[in-house]
Amino acid sequence: MKLSTTTRAAAVSSALAATLALAACGASNEEPSGSAGAAASGGSASSAAPELSGALVGAGASSQQSAMEAWQAGFEGENPDVQFSYDPSGSGNGRKAFLSGAADFAGSDAALKDEELTQAADRCATADVFELPNYISPIAIAFNLEGVDTLNLKPATVADIFSGKVTTWNDPAIAADNAGVTLPATPIVPVHRGDDSGTTENFTAYLHEAAPDAWTAEPDGVWPLEGGENANGTSGVIDVVTSTAGAITYADASRASDLGVVSVAVGSEFVAPSAEAAAAVVENSPVVEGRGDYDFAIELNRATEGSGEYPVVLISYHVGCVQYDDAAKAAAVKGFMQYVISEDGQAASSENAGSAQISETLRTQAQTAVDAITAAG
Amino acid sequence: MTATKAPTEPPAQRPVRRPGDRLFAGAARGSGIFILLVLAGVAAFLISEAIPALTAAPSEIPDGNGLGPYIGPLVLGTLLGAVIALLVATPLAVGIALFVTYYAPRRIAATMGYVIDLLAAIPSVVYGFWGLAVLAPKLVPFHAWAADHLGFLPFFAGPASASGRTMLTVGIVLGVMILPIISAISREVFSQAPALHREAALALGATRWEMIKMAVLPYGKSGVIAGSMLGLGRALGETMAVAIILSGGAGATVNLISNSNPSTIASNIALRFPEATGIGVNTLIASGLALFLITLAVNMLARWIVNRRADFSGAN
Amino acid sequence: MSTQTPLAPVGATSSGNSGPVREQRRLPRFAPLGLFLLGVAVGAGLSALTGFSVALTVIYGVVLGSLFVYLASRSVEGRRKASDRLVTTLVTTAFAIAMVPLLSLVYTVLDNGLPRLDGAFFTNSMYRVVGEGGGAYHAILGTVIITALATVISVPIGLLTAVYLTEYGTGRLKKAITFFVDVMTGIPSIVAGLFSYALFTLIFGVSVRMGVMGAVALSVLMIPVVVRSCEEVLKLVPNELREAAYALGVPKWRTVVKVVLRTAIAGLGTGITLSVARVIGETAPLLITVGLITGTNLNPFDGRMATLPVFAYYQLTQPGTATQAFLDRAWTAALVLIILVMALNVVARLITRFFAPKTGR
Repeated sequence: MKLSTTTRAAAVSSALAATLALAACGASNEEPSGSAGAAASGGSASSAAPELSGALVGAGASSQQSAMEAWQAGFEGENPDVQFSYDPSGSGNGRKAFLSGAADFAGSDAALKDEELTQAADRCATADVFELPNYISPIAIAFNLEGVDTLNLKPATVADIFSGKVTTWNDPAIAADNAGVTLPATPIVPVHRGDDSGTTENFTAYLHEAAPDAWTAEPDGVWPLEGGENANGTSGVIDVVTSTAGAITYADASRASDLGVVSVAVGSEFVAPSAEAAAAVVENSPVVEGRGDYDFAIELNRATEGSGEYPVVLISYHVGCVQYDDAAKAAAVKGFMQYVISEDGQAASSENAGSAQISETLRTQAQTAVDAITAAG
Repeated sequence: MTATKAPTEPPAQRPVRRPGDRLFAGAARGSGIFILLVLAGVAAFLISEAIPALTAAPSEIPDGNGLGPYIGPLVLGTLLGAVIALLVATPLAVGIALFVTYYAPRRIAATMGYVIDLLAAIPSVVYGFWGLAVLAPKLVPFHAWAADHLGFLPFFAGPASASGRTMLTVGIVLGVMILPIISAISREVFSQAPALHREAALALGATRWEMIKMAVLPYGKSGVIAGSMLGLGRALGETMAVAIILSGGAGATVNLISNSNPSTIASNIALRFPEATGIGVNTLIASGLALFLITLAVNMLARWIVNRRADFSGAN
Repeated sequence: MSTQTPLAPVGATSSGNSGPVREQRRLPRFAPLGLFLLGVAVGAGLSALTGFSVALTVIYGVVLGSLFVYLASRSVEGRRKASDRLVTTLVTTAFAIAMVPLLSLVYTVLDNGLPRLDGAFFTNSMYRVVGEGGGAYHAILGTVIITALATVISVPIGLLTAVYLTEYGTGRLKKAITFFVDVMTGIPSIVAGLFSYALFTLIFGVSVRMGVMGAVALSVLMIPVVVRSCEEVLKLVPNELREAAYALGVPKWRTVVKVVLRTAIAGLGTGITLSVARVIGETAPLLITVGLITGTNLNPFDGRMATLPVFAYYQLTQPGTATQAFLDRAWTAALVLIILVMALNVVARLITRFFAPKTGR
């Protein structure tokens, strides 16, 4: 008896020791890349590209998190001496962190407010800030209906579905735009996000602007109506819709591929979500007047009637100074933004986060801002 | 005793207050007082961070209707889930406690008690995973059945949720989570029922159930109540399981089986906090303060019931 | 516990009390079990009529099974014996029902978590991991560091308070501390998190996230557990030991340290280990105070850290495009978490067994 407990205790302690030993050796995916990176940087010191180093701190929208992970992986792969970090503390907190100097740039689902622009003048070497819509993610309106892969819906119909006025799939409002589609009498189960999210904010903003009569609630990150099925996070709503016949939701288009997807009415045509259509609406939306040269905050035209534009999109900005006090900081921000708007960067975020790649026009426009980033003095 | 070595000091006339003694006693006493300060600090810091929300204009609060309408449905949801949990868990826990103390074969009874205690060792986030992936889909047919046959009750008014992510499911998961708490305390008091009473009952020819009814249950009643109150306190504050499972966010409704459920205070905080800014944070902390006060009241009541029985030494 | 002898296993209940006057008629030994199973089978059949569902099967089955046992026993053995049988059935069912979620839980977590329980999970972080691969190295270390920090904060305070309550405390202060420590055990974990957030926000400004914030929040949850378990253990130390020490002229504080605490060391170890197990799986307070990062941060005083429960939560609720890889990681993290908690429980039991005091209790 005594012996057996001793043996068992020995087994447990050796297991613990093994765990600790395991812990002591460092994350295997961090260690080698760091040393290899150091070696590489030593070798490439003679190359033309300026060496980037130091800490680069971003903070803000959690909608960009997945994309940011991809960008971090790519950017640090090229610049191993930069310690990059992104704190997904929310858009508002991110802007605050940037303005207070705690973060070098902010990721934000909304552009800076006017009073924040004034504060930015104190924070940066000059009053100029850049705001680049670098993260564009089309939001699909996805549904689960046996045998139906796509539906055409007017914004007002979408609003009525989500506010519970249209309750069955064979409602005349739906049937009117979908001649030739056999619609069952299945009840509609609208599913919305239960957490506070930029996706909800942009979707409700779309309904608010494109169907002002049918949707009166103000845009909000928290679903503004009471009741209804909801779930936590994009995967949550997708799970519910996938398992529930007759359900409909809104979610990042990249995640809705297995479900039926709504083409929304834009002008006289119906447009399905796609990277090109999403980039097109961003490209054609007017830039907010009276801001700096490199401030590409846009007034997203959600009620657009332009051909081939998909207006249900989430855009998220990168906000930073055009002139930083610190040269290393300026170089790091410049290098990072250069990577983000590059084709590689956009492809990486598209692969990991399912965002739409920015168009050539947007890239050219962003390039002017990136080129302008300098250090003071 | 080996611990006391040979006497190194001459026996003093009375225990003298030495510096070491004073220091140690002071440290021990200080720690005790520190705990009281921490509890006061929890209340104080929550209040200080909640004040901006308490004093803000109603339109500034998220949802724009003021603090009362914001927190009200959350309080209702919190209470609903916890009460269902209690209704599910208490009878089961009493049954388990009786089984382990008086029915199970002696040799394996302790192991069985330990197995039930394992339920308490599972992290709440895992309960959430399980509730979402396993229990909710399994309960969907029951939801439909309840809507059809019990629809006359406001609790089962329906329409039945098609995903099972309802207050009812949450209540059941919470019930499972508080089961070990209630059963552990019930077990304790049941096993302490006076042996003389039990033997007397059996000697008079009582069946086992009659013995339990006469000698064990009256003795253990307050323990069961106290255990239930502690379980209730735990269910009220449970966060992650609810946040993962519940399709919440609706206003005040007692309908347990539809897809519109009131959220609970704790899960609402967990879902909103990461993106909250400004007055939103203060509002969430104000709701946390409300939860703190509710659980404080429940726990104080539970402890008061426990302490009324001087001979009962508490949990575990 | 001599009373336990007549309370032998189910089915053999009336072996001892067959009356001296008349022969009592009894059901055959396995009849109750058979009848109950029959009831469950009929219940399953009934629920199959309306579309099979587990919940309905259980409800119908238990009701019918108990009813069958009751009726059979009533017709053969009489009313009193029948209600005894009924209660036996119900109580056993209660236990069985409680086992269902436990088994289902363990099965689900094993089933979903085992595929990714590989070496890479323990040696890789999520740093620069896009899609598949990666692991929870950073989260496991974060959990260990934060929990260790919480233990370092909680144990001295908790232990000293327990010492105060058993050795020094008198009067109203003792009563107040005992009462409020009990009340404190019921503080919801998210409230503890909010407290820590509010505390650090006042000092460091709004968007502060640090490992130590999580440790403080966990300490609020842990201290009362430490106090309670240590107090119970210290109470068990026989007074004779203290008196013997005093008689030898040992100062009180040395008596406490060298005699009381040393005698109780096994129980203290167990209590502290169990209190660590109590907080190591906490998610909510860490979610709002520590947050999550992808890389390894070993400094709890600087910035966000990854912890296992929060890691699992976010992997489940916010997966990227390669959804399955994220879900796998979430379940494996849950599995590792359960293993950690179970291991702590085992360690606690081993401590009790191993270092149990030689003196009688």
